[in-house]
Amino acid sequence: MTIPPTLAGNPSLDRWVGFDADGKVRIAFGKVEYGQGTMTALAQIGAEELDVDWSRVRIDEPATGAAPDEGLTVGSMSVEMSGPAVRMACAEVRGLFLDAAASALGCERDELTMVDGTVHRAGRATAHTYWTLAKDVDLRRPPSEGVVAKTPDAYRIVGKSVPRLDLAPKVFGAAFIHDMLPADVVHARVLRQPSSHARLVELNEAAVRKAAGAAIEIFREGEFVAFLSSSEAAVEAALARAGEIARWDNAGDIAPAMSEAQSLKSLPSEQFELGAPKGEPSNRRRISATYSKPYISHGSLGPSCGVARWQDGRLTVWTHAQGVYPIRATIADGLGLAVEQIEAHHVQGPGNYGHNGSDDAAFDAALLALRHPGRTIRVQWRREDEFRHAPVGTAMLIELTAELDASGRIADYTAELWSPPQTGRGRAIGARALPRAESSAPAAPPVMMRGGMRFSGAVLNAKPSYDIAATRIIEHAISRPPVRTSSLRGLGGPPNEFAGECFIDELAEAAGADPLAYRLAMLSDARARHALTRVAERAQWSRRWKAGTGRGLGLAFCIHRNRGAYVGVVAEVEAAEEVRVSKVWCVADAGLIVNPDGARNQIEGGIVMATSWALKEQVRLEGPGIAVKSWDDYPILRFDEVPEVEIELVHAPQHPAVGIGEISSGPAMAAIGNALAHALGARIRDLPFTRERIAAALLAER
Amino acid sequence: MVELSVNGKVRRVDAEPTALLLDVLRNRLGLVGARFGCGQGQCGACAVLVDGEDRASCAVEIGSLKGKSIVTVEGIGTPDKPHPLQTAILETQAGQCGYCLTGIVVGAKALLDKNPSPTRKDIVTALSGHLCRCGVHNRIVDAVLLAARRMREAAA
Repeated sequence: MTIPPTLAGNPSLDRWVGFDADGKVRIAFGKVEYGQGTMTALAQIGAEELDVDWSRVRIDEPATGAAPDEGLTVGSMSVEMSGPAVRMACAEVRGLFLDAAASALGCERDELTMVDGTVHRAGRATAHTYWTLAKDVDLRRPPSEGVVAKTPDAYRIVGKSVPRLDLAPKVFGAAFIHDMLPADVVHARVLRQPSSHARLVELNEAAVRKAAGAAIEIFREGEFVAFLSSSEAAVEAALARAGEIARWDNAGDIAPAMSEAQSLKSLPSEQFELGAPKGEPSNRRRISATYSKPYISHGSLGPSCGVARWQDGRLTVWTHAQGVYPIRATIADGLGLAVEQIEAHHVQGPGNYGHNGSDDAAFDAALLALRHPGRTIRVQWRREDEFRHAPVGTAMLIELTAELDASGRIADYTAELWSPPQTGRGRAIGARALPRAESSAPAAPPVMMRGGMRFSGAVLNAKPSYDIAATRIIEHAISRPPVRTSSLRGLGGPPNEFAGECFIDELAEAAGADPLAYRLAMLSDARARHALTRVAERAQWSRRWKAGTGRGLGLAFCIHRNRGAYVGVVAEVEAAEEVRVSKVWCVADAGLIVNPDGARNQIEGGIVMATSWALKEQVRLEGPGIAVKSWDDYPILRFDEVPEVEIELVHAPQHPAVGIGEISSGPAMAAIGNALAHALGARIRDLPFTRERIAAALLAER
Repeated sequence: MVELSVNGKVRRVDAEPTALLLDVLRNRLGLVGARFGCGQGQCGACAVLVDGEDRASCAVEIGSLKGKSIVTVEGIGTPDKPHPLQTAILETQAGQCGYCLTGIVVGAKALLDKNPSPTRKDIVTALSGHLCRCGVHNRIVDAVLLAARRMREAAA
């Protein structure tokens, strides 16, 4: 096997594996845990190849310098990308130790096996172990080509549902970065600019100090204003008062209509085309429909937090950002420091579904620490800050057109999309507030893929997962949306899957075909056919009743990113004035599953989050930016609204492991959309499915 | 100086009666199991038991707690002596990010203390003030049912 990219990028085996004197094995990687199970799954892969018992595994939280640099933990690619690196590093390390034992024992390596870290010869333990041999094997060496890893039939730890390594502390108490409260901690709160071009014209500091009720420092640098104190309550009160009385100029005034995806067409954009050239005019039947998805919030339960300390010319930052090396670069850039002066440590944080406020909170803490040498600064964002100032998942407008041949099958398919950036971290908002910053944020530079192609999160899964002769994507990339947008679970994938799979139902109806049969007629891939037919069986698709009864059954299918997991979903809904999703079935084939229970947990979580997106969520814009201040303004699905979920994982260990975390939300939204159309006998193409939209759809149908 | 009964002990806190319980627990008493989620009593991450009721500690002033008993998640179970709810949550892996979990343990304890044999509906109703963003709700309900069954068996 060739060397996996992130192993080649961190080419020293000692960065990936080490043997501690207490009989533990240290396995390292650059991907971070935020509740998705990455740490445990990667540790399983490492323990498997090293042939050590699970109880010997020790995982350190990634920190710059020590951990391999594997960029960001995004795109549900950790097992897919980091997994092979950990696997090959550990397989090579096992081989090197067996070689060392063979030379000590004067035998051939094939006579030896590794059993829980002890070298065995002819089925009996020798005196040699990883720990006794560690002094003889120098792991400061580059990885080799041609290392042979285990085959799946030999797996003992991979494929087992071992419990998550990080979960236990989280049910008892201290577990998160928020709980880093050393005795000398300095609490800080930041008064955010209402928008990135806003200028502070007046702040009555005396009134703020009075409200604080205890001694506070008021820190100002450009438009960056913060309150610091040993008392958290004092800075909280100071910020509350400052928010009421601060007067800002040039904050901006966004029309509420900009909240709607339809507004995207009015913004300047650059056009990119992918796929087949535009077809010749034909006399085929042509059907079009326009779908949309609004701006949505991450809604992580814990508002972001950052902790930092500047001491002796070095900055230490504790963060729950999605990667320690990227946040280090962001901080270095924003503060004019060299990356070598900064050490970034990952600490557990609340769910990180993409680019939320965690990067910005880390920067806030870093800036304040730099200006307060020797003090440990802890910045806590408020709920309101997280809603209003963290990047949001972007709105999208999706126009779909299909041409059907005489049999009703799709012959030509066009997806035309309008989308602001789906990725791109750019500068922290704290850095944009500093005096030397430009008055507004520069547009994020395009993200390039290996091979020099422009990466677009907007086009993911815009091409349907079926056998269609000609498909094309026309993307209108909007670089300056009215609010900061960035990555949120699945990027453009879930909205495109929602739109595309609902549209397929519309085409099936036009062709007079059952939605399941219509899809199967265009699916030749055996794994795809299996996932789809199996989910239909589980949900008893054949019982589907006539449309318009108030109860609906809908299905959806997709191949994640057109190359990953095969996912079939069926949803059952009840619709009256509002929609209730009663049950969701999902069958997923994601190849080799490292941790089946973890995979189920992720797939179900994606379905529940998608149910919330589909039924409830929209970020509204008004005035300087986001109008959402509290959970009252942004309801999400609650315990008493969550559907029953049934999941089946296809056993396919012969296929490589692919990402799991983002695969279910798109087909879940589409299945819900199709079930709702079945329940109502009328189609709603705009998310979320609110009471108003249901009423309008029913009215239009009459 | 305000006197509070926390996890069965009397704690004297040098704070104004208007101080919020969550701030006092986390910053004065070193009890960080109640987590800051919204500061507006809307998410349940900071839940504690006040005389057995599931309450958002971010929205309770300590001056209102005279003579009342406060129990935090640390008073419900510890790694060495976990409550059956905590054991069941770990056994069923009923968590992803876990930020909501301590609050949910508190909310579920309040329920089981009053109703040792809850149905799924009882549980989702009791926990409807607790938000979970990762979508682990169904597993959490399973864990509460499992803990309730074990607690009934242990009491029988």
